[in-house]
Amino acid sequence: MTGVDVQILLPEILLAVYAMAALMLGLYGSKDKMTGLLTWATAGLFVALALLIALRGSEGASAFGGMVVDDAFARFAKVVILISAAGVLFMSQDYMARRDLARFEFPVLVTLSVIGMMIMVSAGDLMALYMGLELQSLSLYVMAAMRRDSVKSTEAGLKYFVLGALSSGLLLYGASLVYGFAGTTLFAGIASTLTEGEASLGLLFGLVFLIAGMAFKVSAAPFHMWTPDVYEGAPTPVTAFFATAPKVAAMALIARVVHDAFGGVPGDWAQVLAALAVVSMFLGAVAAIGQKDIKRLMAYSSIAHMGYALVGLAAATPQGVQATLIYMAIYVTMNLGTFAFILSMERDGRPVTDIASLNQFAKAEPLKAMAMLILLFSLAGVPPMLGFFGKFYVLKAAVDAGMVWLAVAGAVASVVGAFYYLRIVYFMYFGAEQEPVESRMSPVQWLMLVGVAAVMLIGVVNLFGIEPIALQAAEALLG
Amino acid sequence: MDNLLSIITFIPAVAALIMALFLRGDDNAAETNAKWLALLATIATFLVSLFLLIGFDPANTGMQFVEEYTWIAGLNYKMGVDGISILFVMLTTFLMPITILSCWGVQTRIKEYMIAFLILETLMIGVFCALDLVLFYLFFEAGLIPMFLIIGIWGGQNRIYAAFKFFLYTFLGSVLMLVAVIAMYVAARTTDIPTLMAFEFSSEPMAVLGLTITGGLQTLLFLAFFASFAVKMPMWPVHTWLPDAHVQAPTAGSVILAAVLLKMGGYGFLRFSLPMFPVGSYVMTDLVFWISAIAIVYTSLVALAQEDMKKLIAYSSVAHMGYVTMGIFAANQQGVDGAIFQMISHGFISGALFLCVGVIYDRMHTRDIDAYGGLVNRMPAYALVFLFFTMANVGLPGTSGFVGEFLVLMGIFQVNTWIAAIATTGVILSAAYALYLYRRVALGALMREALRTIQDMSRRERAIFAPLIVMTLLLGVYPALVTDIIGPSVAQLVTDYHAALPVVAEAATH
Repeated sequence: MTGVDVQILLPEILLAVYAMAALMLGLYGSKDKMTGLLTWATAGLFVALALLIALRGSEGASAFGGMVVDDAFARFAKVVILISAAGVLFMSQDYMARRDLARFEFPVLVTLSVIGMMIMVSAGDLMALYMGLELQSLSLYVMAAMRRDSVKSTEAGLKYFVLGALSSGLLLYGASLVYGFAGTTLFAGIASTLTEGEASLGLLFGLVFLIAGMAFKVSAAPFHMWTPDVYEGAPTPVTAFFATAPKVAAMALIARVVHDAFGGVPGDWAQVLAALAVVSMFLGAVAAIGQKDIKRLMAYSSIAHMGYALVGLAAATPQGVQATLIYMAIYVTMNLGTFAFILSMERDGRPVTDIASLNQFAKAEPLKAMAMLILLFSLAGVPPMLGFFGKFYVLKAAVDAGMVWLAVAGAVASVVGAFYYLRIVYFMYFGAEQEPVESRMSPVQWLMLVGVAAVMLIGVVNLFGIEPIALQAAEALLG
Repeated sequence: MDNLLSIITFIPAVAALIMALFLRGDDNAAETNAKWLALLATIATFLVSLFLLIGFDPANTGMQFVEEYTWIAGLNYKMGVDGISILFVMLTTFLMPITILSCWGVQTRIKEYMIAFLILETLMIGVFCALDLVLFYLFFEAGLIPMFLIIGIWGGQNRIYAAFKFFLYTFLGSVLMLVAVIAMYVAARTTDIPTLMAFEFSSEPMAVLGLTITGGLQTLLFLAFFASFAVKMPMWPVHTWLPDAHVQAPTAGSVILAAVLLKMGGYGFLRFSLPMFPVGSYVMTDLVFWISAIAIVYTSLVALAQEDMKKLIAYSSVAHMGYVTMGIFAANQQGVDGAIFQMISHGFISGALFLCVGVIYDRMHTRDIDAYGGLVNRMPAYALVFLFFTMANVGLPGTSGFVGEFLVLMGIFQVNTWIAAIATTGVILSAAYALYLYRRVALGALMREALRTIQDMSRRERAIFAPLIVMTLLLGVYPALVTDIIGPSVAQLVTDYHAALPVVAEAATH
């Protein structure tokens, strides 16, 4: 271990030390008073780190003999992860405090899982990958069960844990197969055994198991079963967190593994990813139609969105990776705005997540309704919102890579999907006359909702310049 | 000014943004401010668009006022107009202030109403100016959202059904178009419209599911675009969303729908179908002719049986659009000239007719023809205006309605006499339903008790109709105003189209 290695891992180390310190503080300090401060401090730290990482320059480096890689791709993913985690913390504080959920463990767990995610996207080795993944997952399991006195929440946590353990098992099994047939756990080493452009049967099996394990983490169909229940059962801020940062990390992880370790045999995994993408897009679109709970609906929506992001990866080109990165950035932003609204839905002081309760909401709160309208159309991918460009990017990458059928499937699925987003608009604007749900928002939530809606419109001008950055990241990954 | 088109396109959107952000409250003052701001913005847009007309060079058949910037996702932001599109831009900017004026009496959610219309204007102008396929698609699709809301929020009793019907019909059509856009990009590797117009898509016959398709890829692409444009137009038999949408839409919504939104279909045929898929268009010409002929006769007959004034005018719109598709696919100078002329003129006339309905609807809150009768006794000025536009709708010489129909019939006669003969009966039928409507509403004795105190048109209402009357007469008496501008571009289009056809003759003999 040298000074350079430590320097490369500095943000993660810093966060880990911070998490420990916060844990001590929470345990020995007066818990309840600390929570608010701790949440804000954690979020602030995330933003500061994101800035630090963003300004780190563009050259790539690796530490600990290639176990951890720090390149433009990892930095892009880390910035998105940190910012979205900070966003969730910012907007959840008010909700947690009012729902009697303000425990200092929440920001600490978020920090720990964020460290896991940062390791995941930087992993250059199967061991590092597994370490990051487990650190992230264990924190998430606990978070899902945060509301200890609620049956649903504990059920969600348990369900998530059991299924998550299964998927970790699959992934570990795949990793062991890969190690057995390649003789190394380093991605670079695995890649060098593929020089002939062909993978041995054992490696292929390992690859498929690896992908299955990771597909579980991004909740791509058919590994999506846990998503709706966990989304519904977990406290809403936790759901908001599930829907954002971990998805980015897991998607980046898939990109990392397939390109860094198996970049030599794109034919072997591109078809698998394409199949996952198609199934996810359609399942997400069709299954969401019947949902009555907005959190469940968002679960299916995220499944469909993961399908689109996978389309970009299935293209197996730098443009495809770029498209996926941009798609994920847009997806995370949209979800932050949408969840800021869902967090605020309540009636008589109790949280409501029933879609029908939005009846005539536009009359009561025109501005919020309009912001939600923009977000929903953006989620549906209706032009000219940013969501359309996310879809356009990945579909174009698929066409450019010669996968026209995939692009057509994506286009068709987006039409089906538009229907259920439209249904929410229908309730908000044309629904039956009734007392609409109240929307009590902290200033941060309001800012998040309206700000994100504005971003969805204004971003059309130049996507805030993330295009070249994402391309740089994609090229760093594909070398 | 290099960015004239962008300025025209985005003035309304900026006004909408200002309204959404800075106009607070829902007291009377705020509502009045919203209305005035919208009116000023649309008038400003119109005035700026006059520069377009002044600076336009009709002799140049290429794109003018072109702006091009690199945009996201490898797309280009490219705008421009030629002889075919410029008048649609003018039509939109001209009609918008009138539309805004006409909804002065709306009571509910005025601010949102104005925002919806302003955004709609931006999107409509964008459709006619876009020179990049994806940009076009973007404007074309996005126009659905404000119209969906306008019908759904401010419409009549059955508005939600109508709004969803409108949305689903048009959305389904455009998905096929999106697939075609992808296919075109795969074939030509560009989305630049002028380049695509010059690109020759394969017309080799190809086998799909055991059927040999003459014209191959071109025919398939044509059909995909046709699905979208035919719904927009609307052509028989996919016209059924229109009467519902019209009946339920508020007056201003109907005006915009009839006057501008329907023209997007016709514009699409002229911009995409004919120049990009000449072989496909040629193969499908007969189909379009027959559909149009059926539309003219069938919907005219249906119009005759309507009890609802708006529905009647909606069906008459479908019939008039039948002339337009017919003229476009006649693909000769008179036919296409006539089609464009008919679209412009129909913009004024149908808009005015819906406004006429709006005038009495505002007073009596019913569109039932039976509820009226003898209006001429109480409302002489109204009866005069209504008569004028009824006659224009019939196609009385001297009004713009006559020129369009005449040119189209002339064009179609050279191509297919049978179709021309059938289409001509439409002229008679249109006189029948229009005059029948007029007799039942305006003439006779004032029988209904409720009508005894009805007021004639207010000054605002007269001001709304004045420009429409002027334009209808002006174009009727001096059609060269339009044909001089569109002529060269149409000539070019027709020449290019026929130049691409020898390939067809070969393809057909295969």
